[in-house]
Amino acid sequence: MLIPLNHLLVFTTLLFCIGLYGALSRRNVIGILLSIELILNAVNINFVAFSKTTALAPEAGQVFALFVMAIAACEACVGLAIVLALYRNRKTVFTDQINLLKW
Amino acid sequence: MPELELLAKIACYVLMGLTVLFAILVVTVRDLFHRALWLAGVLIAIAGIFIALGAEFLAASQILIYVGAIMTLVIFAIMLTGKISEKSIARTNIQWPIGLVTLTGLAFFMIRIITQTPWNFQSTSMEAHISVLALGEKLLGIYIFAFEIISVILLVALIGALVMAKKDNSSC
Repeated sequence: MLIPLNHLLVFTTLLFCIGLYGALSRRNVIGILLSIELILNAVNINFVAFSKTTALAPEAGQVFALFVMAIAACEACVGLAIVLALYRNRKTVFTDQINLLKW
Repeated sequence: MPELELLAKIACYVLMGLTVLFAILVVTVRDLFHRALWLAGVLIAIAGIFIALGAEFLAASQILIYVGAIMTLVIFAIMLTGKISEKSIARTNIQWPIGLVTLTGLAFFMIRIITQTPWNFQSTSMEAHISVLALGEKLLGIYIFAFEIISVILLVALIGALVMAKKDNSSC
């Protein structure tokens, strides 16, 4: 292993927290989707790092990372379709202006 | 060769530093288009980290799926929504200071946990080199059910996105 496991885990923790901060603090829906991609990537690196060090079956982590990538692709395409439909109907992409269902 | 290994190690840490730097830019830069480009930088750097971890197939799919497909989609969406990066519009909501404080706390807490945990290393997986062949055999072997479910989910997402994004027709 080129990098110690601890350093990798600290790095992915930082990446995860940065992504979560972006998802919590931005107003733009597309910006939130970008931050979610950051979070999913941090998780992917963790999967591969653990499959390289502590896993009993060495392939499991990589297979799961592939599944996460497929789900991320689904999430991006459905999410952006929702954003486009929203923009066409309500002319906004800001989360605090999308309050039709709030009371 | 110890010199080569040292060089690879330095390259890995540089990649990790660059990834964190680009990620910070992704969540702080004002212009949405620039943020998408920084995210592409993050994804390419992560592909480099995958190669360092010995996951070449994942690195290739990372470049193909994320940088090739998802980023193109995101940039299309940014172009189609338009007029959203003007200076006068606030880009963060009111809860960002609370989020920043909480997440700094969470990061410190998790780093403490990580550094104090005695990891149970398995020598079999540390020495194993996973080839694309072995990965494909597992994917179509014991993970075949999940693999088929993923294909159904991809199809559902495709149809769902089409229905969602198409123009409203009053006849249907």
